[in-house]
Order: sequence, then C-alpha cells, then structure tokens
Amino acid sequence: MAFFLEVLVGGLLSGVMYSLVAIGFVLIYKSSGVFNFAQGTMLLLAALTFVSMTERQVDFKIAFIITLVMMVVLGIIVERTVMRPLANQSLLSLFMATVGLNYFLEGLAQGVWDSAVHGLELGISNDPIFLIDEFPALGLDIIISQFDIAAAVIAGTMILGLTLFFQYTRTGLSLRAVSDDHMAAMAVGIPLNRIWAIVWAVTGVICLIAGLLWGDRVSVSFTLTAAVLKGLPVILIGGLTSIPGAIVGGLIIGASEKLGEIYLAELFGGQGIEHWWAYTTALIFLMIRPTGIFGEKQIERV
Amino acid sequence: MKTRVMVLASALVAMLGMSSIVSAEETMYVPIPSYRVGPYAAGGTGYFGGILDYYNLLNARGGIGGVKLIWSECETEYSVERGVECYKRLKDREGGAVFFDPLSVGISTALIETGRADKMPIIAVNHGKTAGQRGDIFPYYFMPGINTYDEHSIMVHYIGGLEGGMENLKGKKIAMLFHGSPYGREAIAFMDSMCEKHGCSHEAIEVPHPGNEQQSQWLKIRKSKPDYVLLRGWGVMNPVAMQTAKRMGFPVSRLIGNIWSNSDEDVIPAGGAANGYQAITTHPAGTDFKVVQDIIADVYGAGKGDLQDKSRLGSVYWNLGVLAGVVHTEALRIAQERFGNRALSSSETRWGFENLVLTAERIEELGATGLVPELNLNCMDHVGGHLAKFQQWDANARQWNIVSDWIEGDVELSQSIIDAGAEKYAADNNIEPRPCSADSNDDDFDL
Amino acid sequence: MYYREAGRLVKSFASDRRMLPLMEDRWIVIAFLAFMYIVVTATASDYLFSAILIPMMVLGVATLGLNIATGYTGQLSLGTAGFMCFGAFAAFNLVLRLEMYLPFAFFFAGVIAGLVGIVFGLPALRIKGFYLIVSTLAAQFFAEWVFNAYPWFLDNNSSGVVALPPHHYKVFLGQESTPFNAVFWHSYQGRYLITLTITLLLVLACKNMVRSATGRNWMAVRDMDIAANVIGISVAKTKLMAFFISTFYCGVAGAMYAYCYIGNLDFMIFNLRRSFLIMFMVIVGGLGSILGSFLGAIFVYGWPILITRMGDWIFGGGTLDTAFVENNSKIVVGTIIIVLLIREPGGFAALWLTTKKKLRSWPFAN
Repeated sequence: MAFFLEVLVGGLLSGVMYSLVAIGFVLIYKSSGVFNFAQGTMLLLAALTFVSMTERQVDFKIAFIITLVMMVVLGIIVERTVMRPLANQSLLSLFMATVGLNYFLEGLAQGVWDSAVHGLELGISNDPIFLIDEFPALGLDIIISQFDIAAAVIAGTMILGLTLFFQYTRTGLSLRAVSDDHMAAMAVGIPLNRIWAIVWAVTGVICLIAGLLWGDRVSVSFTLTAAVLKGLPVILIGGLTSIPGAIVGGLIIGASEKLGEIYLAELFGGQGIEHWWAYTTALIFLMIRPTGIFGEKQIERV
Repeated sequence: MKTRVMVLASALVAMLGMSSIVSAEETMYVPIPSYRVGPYAAGGTGYFGGILDYYNLLNARGGIGGVKLIWSECETEYSVERGVECYKRLKDREGGAVFFDPLSVGISTALIETGRADKMPIIAVNHGKTAGQRGDIFPYYFMPGINTYDEHSIMVHYIGGLEGGMENLKGKKIAMLFHGSPYGREAIAFMDSMCEKHGCSHEAIEVPHPGNEQQSQWLKIRKSKPDYVLLRGWGVMNPVAMQTAKRMGFPVSRLIGNIWSNSDEDVIPAGGAANGYQAITTHPAGTDFKVVQDIIADVYGAGKGDLQDKSRLGSVYWNLGVLAGVVHTEALRIAQERFGNRALSSSETRWGFENLVLTAERIEELGATGLVPELNLNCMDHVGGHLAKFQQWDANARQWNIVSDWIEGDVELSQSIIDAGAEKYAADNNIEPRPCSADSNDDDFDL
Repeated sequence: MYYREAGRLVKSFASDRRMLPLMEDRWIVIAFLAFMYIVVTATASDYLFSAILIPMMVLGVATLGLNIATGYTGQLSLGTAGFMCFGAFAAFNLVLRLEMYLPFAFFFAGVIAGLVGIVFGLPALRIKGFYLIVSTLAAQFFAEWVFNAYPWFLDNNSSGVVALPPHHYKVFLGQESTPFNAVFWHSYQGRYLITLTITLLLVLACKNMVRSATGRNWMAVRDMDIAANVIGISVAKTKLMAFFISTFYCGVAGAMYAYCYIGNLDFMIFNLRRSFLIMFMVIVGGLGSILGSFLGAIFVYGWPILITRMGDWIFGGGTLDTAFVENNSKIVVGTIIIVLLIREPGGFAALWLTTKKKLRSWPFAN
C-alpha cells in the first residue's frame, strides 16, 4: 500500500512538471487557435540563453531579466512576422507556420549558443524527504522529493496568477473574448494583434520558467525539446482551451504513466511502456470526451 | 554589389590557391562524418574535435611517414541515412578515403556490407556490432578497444573488487538501468550469464528513450533494493538517473556507469548529485598526458584547435577522440611499414588495422601512457584491447579521478556468444570465413 | 508554355475521362518518364542513385501517403514513420518467415501497415482536429516500443540493426544467383528502376483514386464531414478507407526504405523526427497534391545536401564548420516554410500552378 501511494504521489508530482509545459500550449491555442509546435524549442532557447549567461558569470537575477525581456520580444516579433500575416488562414497553415518557426529557432538557439550539454542549478534542494522520519505518526515509508514539491508550488502559483489575470483584468477579458470569437471580438473594438502579442509574450515567460525547472531536472541541451512530448497528451486530455485542464490532465497523465509502468508493464513481458501508455490513456479519455475534460464542445452546423 | 563580387572573387582565388597547395605533396584523405548539432552534439564535437586535433598535431610534425592527412567534414546529425549519404559522397574524394569512422552504431552497422564491397575499413571505437569482433567474417569492420561484453564483465569484475573479491558477489543484487534501445538491451542476456557465473542476481530495468523522466524506474529500484545499479545510459538519461537517485536516496557511489555514461557531459549537468559517481573508461580524462600537452602547445598554440570551448580539452569525449586519432594513425603507420611510406589505399589501410599492435613502449613513444590501452588486433580479434579502468567524479573539483588499474574483460565467456552471432551472420549472408593462419595474413590485404 | 486548354473539342466519353486530357501534357509526361527510365538509368552515378534519387522517391511515396490522410481527407497524422516502421518490419518478416518474393512482400507489407492504420484510425470516427494527433502519436510510440521490446521481429538480433541479407532479394525467378536478380537487386540501377516503377504505379493508383468517387468522398469529408454525411457519404467508411490507403502507401514506403535504400532494418530510423520531416514535406509541397508530395520530398531531403555541397564548392572542401552550415540551413528552411505559407499557403504545388498560369500568356502578359 505504501508503495502504491509512493508511486501515486511521485506520479502526481511529475505530472505537475508536464502541466508546466502544457500551459504554454493552452494559452496560445486558446487565444489564436494555433497549436504551437515551436513550444519545445522556445523552452530550449530560454533555458539555453539563461544558462549561457550564468556560465559567463552574469548574475542570476540579471540573466533572468535579460532572458525574460528576450522571450517577450521574441513573442512580439513572432506575432508581428508570422502570426499577423497569417491571420484568417486555415488552422493547419498556422500549425505549419509554427513548425517553420520551430526549425528557425532550433537553428538559431544552437547557432547563437552551442549544442553542448549544460548543467543548471537553481539552488532548489534535491534531497528527499523521508515521510516516516518527518511524520512518524502516518506510518508511511514514502519518499517525497523536495524539488518536485517546489516545482509544484511554482506551477501552482503560475496557474493561479494566470487564472486571476484572465478572470479579473481587462486584457484577460479581451483575451477570453478573442478566444470565443475573433470576428466578434474585433467588431467590438478589441485589438486582436495586441492581444496576440500579449499572449505570445506571456507564453515566452512561461517557457522561461518551465525551461528553467526542466533544465534543472534534466540538464539544458537539445533533448529539452523532448519535454514537449510529455506535455502533448496532457493538453489533449485536459482540453486544448482550458488552463485548469492542463493541470488536471498533467496529474492524470503523470499518475497513469507511473502506475502503468510499475503495475501494467509486467503484462507486456517487459518495461518501458510509458510513452505509448501515456498516449493510450489520453486516447481513452478522448474517446469518452472528444474535446478533453474541460475542452469546449464544438457545435457544428452545415 | 561590388563587395559581393570581391568576396566571390577572393573565395575563388582561395579555392584555386588551396587546391594547388593540396596537389603539391602526397596526402591521405580521411572523411570526417561528424555530428555537431542536434541531440547528440556533445559527443560529436568532443570526439571529432579530438581526432582532428591529433591529426593536426601529426601534420605539424610532418605527417605519417611524410604523408600528410587531409580531411573534410560532413554533418550526419547521428542519423543513419545522412551518415550513409556522407559515406557515399566522400568515399571517392581526393583519390579515395582510407577509412570511415562515424562514431555511431547505426551508421557503422549499416555500412558493414557496403564497406566490404568497397574495400573500405569501417571503424567503431569502443562500440559497434559485437559479432564484428570476428575478423575472418567481418574483414573490413574494426572496433578497437572494448566491446559490450568486455565492458559489462569488467564492470562486474570491478564490483567484485569493491566487495573484496569475486567470491563475495554471491547473493548480491545488481540492477541494470538500461536505455530503451537495442544498444541498451544488448547487455541483458550477457549480464544474466555473468551473474549466473558469479552467483549474483540481476534485474534489468528499462528507461524509455530519451529518459528525461525516471521516477517509476527508480521506484522499482527502491522497492527491490539492489546493492549496485549499473547505468547503461545514453545522453540526458545519465544526469537524470543521478539526480533521481539522489531524490530517491540511493547512494550515487553505488551507481556504476558504462562506457557511454562516463563523460563530463553526463555528470556536470547533474551537479552535486553526481559526486562520487563511478564509471568505466578506456581513456582516462584529464590533460596530464604528454600527447595532450603537445596538442595544447602546438595545435591550440598555433590557433588551429578544433574545440571552441577550451575547457573541454581533456574531457572524456575529447580524449576518446585523441585515442581514436592515435588508433587511426598507428594503423596507417603500420600499414606503411608493410607497403612503404606513401599514400595508402583503403585495403592497405585495412591490413594496417588488422595488424595493429600498440605495445607499452610504443604508447610511451607516443606520449600517451595511461591514456591509451595496449591493443593487439589480429584476424580473429578486431577488438584487441578488452581493457578498461574506472574513474570517479569529484563534483567539487569538477574532475575525474582514476580509481583502478587496467581491468580485463571475461573474454572466454563472451567469445561463445560472439562466435554464435558471427556464424549466424555468415550463414545468412553466404559469407565464407577466410582462413586466419599466420602466413596468409601477410598477403590477404586486398580481400 | 505555348499551349492552352481552351478550344479543344472532346468527341467521346473515353477521351473526356482521360487522366491527362491535353496531348501536350501527355507528351511531357511520356518524355519525362523516358528520361527517367532511359537517360537517368544510363548516365547517373552510383552516388546519385543510392543517395539522392532512390531516397527522394521513397520519401515521396511516404509523403503521398500522409497527403492522402491529411491533404485529401483532412485527418492530421503524426505517425507516418511509425506506419513506415510497421511496413518495413512486415516486409522483413514476410520474406524471412514465408520466403515471399520481394514485390509481393512489399504489397502485403503495405496491407499489414494499412490494417494497423485502420486500428489507429478508428478513434478518428469520434475525435476530430488536433485531438486526433493523440491517436497517431500513440501509433508512432507503439511502433517504436513494440519493435524494441520484442526482438523476435528482428530475427532475435541483439544489435538491433540487421543488414538485409542478399537472399532476401528475390524477384520472381528463384534464387538470388539468377542473372535477373543480379541485375535488379544487386546494382543501384536495378534498385532505382524497381523503386521508380513501384513509385509510378502508386502515383497512377493515387491519381485515379483522387479523381474518382473515392477521392471526392475524401475531399468532401475534409471540407466538412457533417455536410458530407448529409449528402449521403458514409463518413466512417470514408475515413477508415483513407487511413487504410494512406498507411498502405506509408507501409510500402517503409519497406522500400529498408530494402531499396538503406539495405538495413532498424526501428530507430523510423523515429518521431522522421514523422515530422514527412509532415514538413507535405506542408512545403502542398496539401492535397501528388506533384507537391514529391516536390516537398525533394526539397526537404535535398536542401541540406545541396547547402553543404554549395558550402564545399564555394569555400573549398570541408573548411566550413559543419555546425554553422547545419544551423543556418535550419534557419533558412524555417524561414522558407514561413514565407511560403504567408505568400503561398498551397506550397510548391500551388507555386507550380501559378507559374503555369503565368507562362501561358508569357511573354505577352497583360
């Protein structure tokens, strides 16, 4: 039982890491209907820029601010040069444009910096908490990672902040209007381009935070882009347009992945089913709710 | 406009100038199928950088037997099809390449039969298709250093040493955390028989590629409580394994890395979590070797060094590159002893690789004592080394410390598996094994 | 171009239903095929065959396969390489265990891949749009997993890479030692001719499918599946049909990739990155275009090679830093994709149509 709980808790905590990646996707999809394929590379670019600066003895805070500014500027440039000219194109064209953007950033990130592996330490402790030592009363021999808890707190704060932002600010309101209906939003005078620029900039910031946390966890190198693959089933389960969905989806995928790997893999005479199992979980959920748990149900008319 | 014309004109002049210099003296051409971008770049820049730095050192000293090496690079991005394309593009350049070393199991295995047809030695230092050790069946395939089975038997021997003798392995539990790929799987069966021989129990745990999330694998380890964990990792999987071990409270000093989990790029990203991590190596890290000092002085001093980041001099991948450079050029030198000090053909180079012997004296002459293991390749054994050391990472000093002497692999145990694999291959492909007698050895360079 | 469509009388149904109604088009196609079959076969070098022409055609077929699902039927798929993997392994096992002749093995490999495609296409009946990529990605990861976890599929080979043995290369007439096989499988010209012929057959089949009821149903479903349903098209059947045909093409492409191009079998060459690459080929070439599929494959595959060769040529062999070339090539490819989408969302295929239109009145454009 204790082992089951340990697996579950570990899974839920890694799920939060997946949610971090997923939120960026959701933001952009929500506001502009674009499935941003370049998310992983933006993550890499942010983390790589940050780590390259700290390695050159730039102060932590200054490096953070510079990277932050860079990501915001990048977001605005992307909106200006890629998204704006493509407004009103089909969703597939927009998706493909982000594929192009991905290629561009991949070359840029590795060209400007390098393709070596960098270590990144944010100073969050990596030591485990032995629950049996801390809380003997519970009687559970479980290990919980401090780092994962810290990451979960950061992710939680970020999501809370975003939710408040969308719920209670004017910009957030316009953004929700835009995501409901571009045309109607423009008709009532909401500046679509400005909203998009804001969204891309905010996504850049999310990429920076996710990139740093993931970078601490797995090192900063090209493989960081693979973090996206963990985020994909998460947003599909949660619904492409829902921020709370990204969190719930992350928890579901994280838990299901770990439980599947521990308990189900034996059925397949081996291990390593994590990858396709995560997608199969997502598939099962989608078969029940085709637009995800919190996704908007689309009404189609002929 | 004017400037553009100027640039083009000067490029043309430079091109003409270069080709005239090249044709002035005798040279041997080596294609360099490097990978400097993408997920595998850390290994590629280090390895090929080390090779080129060593070549430059030799060229500065007048080449091999008076023949200088020339080369051109081709980016493979570690992908098989691009590697094969590079091979086909480069093999006939500059009078023909002398050998091809892609540092990739996929590319080198894909080229085994092509290499046989083209009479081109395919080199895979410290890795490759293990059955390829049998030179009578794979005459153009060389993997100087150690093979997978050597590597794992050496690791088990080392653990035996830590426990105070092989007999103390009885009842010990060893888990192997392996990369979810054929590379990772290759060692499972061998580890089973190795543990059967020494009475330990063995559990193999797979980490799906790329391995950036290992929570469940380490939970399994925590549950089964092994005495040692062997890390048969690759790329980002290695630092994540160390960090997850730390998070799970598993002592990292009992985590033993294999040959592709032993580089600086594997431990530095893990930070403090890697402190005390041990790994096998055929070529210790560091710059305390004469040949490395010479490269720093003569090549980097002259501004011809290949590494942009000089702090990577003496790193594991770069030293592996230097070792590979030594192996390549010694094979060429030995072939020249047989065929004369001139530019060699690829089949003559093959003879050189097959008769490659690196004795302690020769390694001393090269200034590579301690860096390069003794090698003795022959027709039946295209690996020739079967030796490795162990090193331990000191995270505070950011350096590897050597913690063992050369340890030899269990060649007997591996030979039967290798034979079976090679003979099956020969049967499948209608290959008649060539005789490996001593007298035929001198003449069958042109197979 | 100095001929026009206008003013031509069609006198019979047979001539009205021709694939290429214009005589000039027919001549151009025939001339092109003659060039590919005769001139190229006679003159091209081994490098050109083995590293340029064969992979471009094979990838073109895979791109065409994806285009059937995505471009013609509107079902997004990111599992192309996974389906190719199923095809390649199916062909290998058919030859290994049933000793099937290679062309038949290619066909049945396609069928097996197609059946797998139907399984992973089933969710398409309920899930739409971007959500569908979850199913095809599951296919991709499942393929990578299954061929890794069960070495039986690779004849229990421990190194994970199998060099395809010569006795696998049998055509119709018995063993590999016959002169027929020696010519066709063991020379690059022969492999080129076989690849070219299979590609041609698949293109012909595709062309006929898309201009018949099958293809029109696909496009109706793509444009709006509810509307298609209303006018009496069975959406479920059409989607599954599209998935079957699409993955059939991918499967054949995978088998050809292993047997005609690389000569090795290894599941790792069919990784997710390749799925994306084939996606790029579809995008750059143009959705819903056969010609575009091949133009896309040629561009995406050929571009990095071209750029390195140009670098070599301008700066002298090997002096250019490969990382520099590679990164810049990526930047340029990315820029081209974006610019192409902004200027011409239809890809190269649309560009070609525009060019054709302009040429029609050239040089007396109004």
